[in-house]
Amino acid sequence: MYNKITPEDISKLIGFVGEENVLVGDAINPDYAHDELGTISKMPDVVVRVTETEQVSGIMAMAWEREIPVTVRGSGTGLVGAAVPVHGGILMETTKMNKILELDSDNMTVTVQPGVLLMELAAFAEENDFLYPPDPGEKSATIGGNISTNAGGMRAVKYGVTRDYVRALTVVMPNGEVVKLGAKVAKNSSGYSLKDLVIGSEGTLCIITEAVLALVPFPKFSVSLLVPFQDMKSAIEAVPKIFRSKVTPTAIEYMSRDTILFSEDYLGKKFPDKRNEAYILLTFDGSDQAQVDVDMKLVADLCLEIGAVDVYIVDTEERKKSVWSARGAFLEAIKASTIEMDECDVVVPVNRIDEFIRFTHALGKETGVRIPSFGHAGDGNLHVYICRDQLSDEEWEAVLKDCFDKMYHKAEELGGLVSGEHGIGYAKKDYLKNQFGDVPMQLMGGIKKVFDEKNILNPGKVCI
Amino acid sequence: MRILVCVKQVPGSSNVQVDPVTGVLKRDGVQSKMNPYDLYALETALCLTERFGGSVEVITMGPPQAKAIIREAICMGVKQGTVLSDRRFAGADVLATAYTLSQGIRKTGEYDLIICGKQTTDGDTAQVGAEIAEFLNLPNVAGVLSVQEVLGESIVVTASQDDKVVTMSLKLPCLISVDGDINTPRLPSYKVGKSVTDDLIHFLSLDDFEDQNVHNYGLSGSATQVERIFSPEKNTEKHEIEGTSLQQADKLYALLHSKKLV
Repeated sequence: MYNKITPEDISKLIGFVGEENVLVGDAINPDYAHDELGTISKMPDVVVRVTETEQVSGIMAMAWEREIPVTVRGSGTGLVGAAVPVHGGILMETTKMNKILELDSDNMTVTVQPGVLLMELAAFAEENDFLYPPDPGEKSATIGGNISTNAGGMRAVKYGVTRDYVRALTVVMPNGEVVKLGAKVAKNSSGYSLKDLVIGSEGTLCIITEAVLALVPFPKFSVSLLVPFQDMKSAIEAVPKIFRSKVTPTAIEYMSRDTILFSEDYLGKKFPDKRNEAYILLTFDGSDQAQVDVDMKLVADLCLEIGAVDVYIVDTEERKKSVWSARGAFLEAIKASTIEMDECDVVVPVNRIDEFIRFTHALGKETGVRIPSFGHAGDGNLHVYICRDQLSDEEWEAVLKDCFDKMYHKAEELGGLVSGEHGIGYAKKDYLKNQFGDVPMQLMGGIKKVFDEKNILNPGKVCI
Repeated sequence: MRILVCVKQVPGSSNVQVDPVTGVLKRDGVQSKMNPYDLYALETALCLTERFGGSVEVITMGPPQAKAIIREAICMGVKQGTVLSDRRFAGADVLATAYTLSQGIRKTGEYDLIICGKQTTDGDTAQVGAEIAEFLNLPNVAGVLSVQEVLGESIVVTASQDDKVVTMSLKLPCLISVDGDINTPRLPSYKVGKSVTDDLIHFLSLDDFEDQNVHNYGLSGSATQVERIFSPEKNTEKHEIEGTSLQQADKLYALLHSKKLV
């Protein structure tokens, strides 16, 4: 269906980016065949490292003409196989497009290339007294990857997700044309929002080569609270009650003692408290310390009123590090606790989280599989992991399908969706199709066709 | 076991400005916190009382607002604390600070064990612990990584000494300075904080001390005179020196000599 890469194609690619940026054969590191989770694997025929929009444009024009599949990859930290070249062809790596191009303090925007890492952008913003609010746990992800999955993160409760901070995009269409979508403006009622369509499209519609992102003033004061509860039910049930108090924390995370213990093993660092079964971790931030204190105390008192064992104050740089570094390592820690795992990133209404977590616990008992979880209690986005442990290949395959079928069905029943922030990629396509049904899937397929009639850009993903 | 932990209130951030005229830290408007190294000392003390029984108290020298860190320590589990506060203590160097603390400790009671942090994040001298021990005539050891045992009249500790980790026994009462990053300090409890009353926080001034000679305190009791204080310039340049400790020391000396720094 697609054309194979020829020596002439390789020569042309070298012409665009230079010999040192074209990898073939044994020069391709096997890590290019998979993403962070590694459950889906396929080697590309050639890896091309790009640095300029013009190079991306030239390569896409060539691929369009030759009908060669192209898959874009950032840091490879995805969890659903979106950056895996399932049809082979060209793997285009954007990590060398890592320049921060402009800080516009008047319009409170920063313009970046897609390979800038989230942690680099966060540090740059802070140095200039700004905050780039989206805060996914994986700080070494690229901004291009964050935009492509509409990454959320921990501050979504107060600040929203990546889509809320993308003002404009420069993209290369599958045929090589360069197009600008959106503008450096706060409002936009100018026709269909193509920019918003590209955000979260997981590299299937076009290639992002530049992004204008909105910033907010850096909140000068912040404090976190680590709140222990006797059980997960009480911890999760506290969340809607906190919202009812009309205080909006920046983040509300939940974690179980099991997950904390995995993290201690993984990091070799003790967590400040692990005497209780379940915890919620809240943050409050702002530019007025008195207001931050008032909000913090109101929620702390409320938590004690509704049965929290205690409320621990996480107020200094060192204390924040001891708590949040553990939280940031949960995914890696669970991964290190087993030989293989797969994940479910469902999002449910905030007041149904407890029901979903209890369901996963019951499912674990029913199937005999370990199913640890953690996640964003404040926005309903859960990260649930099915651990293979001692299972044989056949048992693992069967149990995984069984657990996933039941969990996605349950999420739907509770009014939730397949993915909160990790995307659909290759791994979750069937579940998306099962939930959405014909019409939405046909609409998505139609949109894909308008952008990429030849289906050369990241084929086999999301809806195709 | 009665344990005392010495604590200090320091600026909450490393980006504190220095007044170019007076050379004094501009503390106005800057948030403050408990010296992070003292938290490891507090955690060590609290764990010891959990294992062997007893109680922990804290002591600090500073302005009246330093009571905030006494309160914080109580929220972490200590019984009570004392602020040594007097304008005549102002401008103290390490010697005068250690002397003031030793006078305060004589007044607050007898302790089996005194624990200090490695150093502070604002002064960075790492000398006050050992000097307090000298003034109180107590055995002391620095660089303590863990207290392994409490055996009636003595304790067994492991300590980092140059390139070795040594295990030693110290007769009680004694003073130890613990290394940084040796544990994960517990967090202060908001719940406990709601019931902390001011009678758990004591204040002492020079008038309460045995030694009333004003010349032994503050600026006049200081053996060092500070000519100038300034924030260190940030420099990320790296020069690695390889070899054994002795070879490294020789090479480092040669390098500093060549730059006319020694």
